[in-house]
Amino acid sequence: MSDPSHEGDDFAKARRGRNIALALGLIVFVILVFVVTIEKLGASVANRPF
Amino acid sequence: MAMMAQTATRTPARWQDFVLLLKPRVMSLVVFTALTGLVCAGQPVNPILASVAILCIAVGAGASGALNMWYDADIDRQMRRTRGRPVPAGKVQGADALALGVVLSLFSVMLMGMALNWLAAGLLAFTIVFYAVVYTMWLKRWTAQNIVIGGLAGALPPVIGWAAASGTTPLNAWLLCAIIFMWTPPHFWALSLYTSEDYAKAGVPMMPVVKGAASTRLQILVYSLLLIPICLAPAATGLGGPVYLGVASVGGAVFLLLAWRLYLSHAGDAADPRNDDGLYDVRAGASDARNLFAFSILYLSLLFATLLGEHLAGVRPLELLR
Repeated sequence: MSDPSHEGDDFAKARRGRNIALALGLIVFVILVFVVTIEKLGASVANRPF
Repeated sequence: MAMMAQTATRTPARWQDFVLLLKPRVMSLVVFTALTGLVCAGQPVNPILASVAILCIAVGAGASGALNMWYDADIDRQMRRTRGRPVPAGKVQGADALALGVVLSLFSVMLMGMALNWLAAGLLAFTIVFYAVVYTMWLKRWTAQNIVIGGLAGALPPVIGWAAASGTTPLNAWLLCAIIFMWTPPHFWALSLYTSEDYAKAGVPMMPVVKGAASTRLQILVYSLLLIPICLAPAATGLGGPVYLGVASVGGAVFLLLAWRLYLSHAGDAADPRNDDGLYDVRAGASDARNLFAFSILYLSLLFATLLGEHLAGVRPLELLR
């Protein structure tokens, strides 16, 4: 692993860009799983027995 | 020594470099053919789930690309066409490309299985493994038939799209697969006729390198003759309509004409490894190879766009065999 304190601005900027892209990817994945779950289960979600 | 110099000058990996690992241009063609298969299946599919299916196929194709770039970095580094890719250029570590490929493969297959069906997920998993392992790790460096057999990976997306929509893979789905499968050799060999020095330098046994340009031109003609009847077949099996028949016929005639002109030309004969002027510089006779390469892309795009348009517009298929 590289030591962040010795990295230049270019590396810090690139790492920040990668982190944002990864965060957006994870958010999209969570939304996808949620939407697919609702679509697959449909009305069963609302009408499930308690 | 070279590795040390490369490490010293390594540029930071940007997120765009990871996007390039997914081969976006290849991905767009995969999305297009998969969408055609999904629509041609003729089954009502929830639009959200259909979008998820296309996304999974696109991500699966991207994962294959990342795995390919991880494994092929050594030969990519030696070819003009590929030495600017993120791994050989030193922008992305090979291990990172491998990790991205594995994670996205798992993501795409699992989501496809949960959202659509496991037949489509299984076909997607097979396609990824076939491209990354069978083609990249084995066929590509071993046999001149590499792109013939390996072409199956690029031909399967419409079948996956069809399976995602209907849960089945009937004859017409495999007909779409056969069109791309038979299209691949004349397409890639036309390209390799004017980039063969690159492949020779990297030790990749492409057909012109192993069998020579004349044999390659003959095989392009033979595969073209086999391709055109397969492209016409959807008009007989209840898949294509009158517009498709017209496009496949006229385009097929042009395809055969270009393949015949290429056969008669000297394309690839003048390959000179000392010439390093540019990537796609066209030497004497090679313009015929370039013409067929360019038209092959147009022809395949037109065939699938016509099928897609006919099914979306509700054009009745011809069913000439019934």
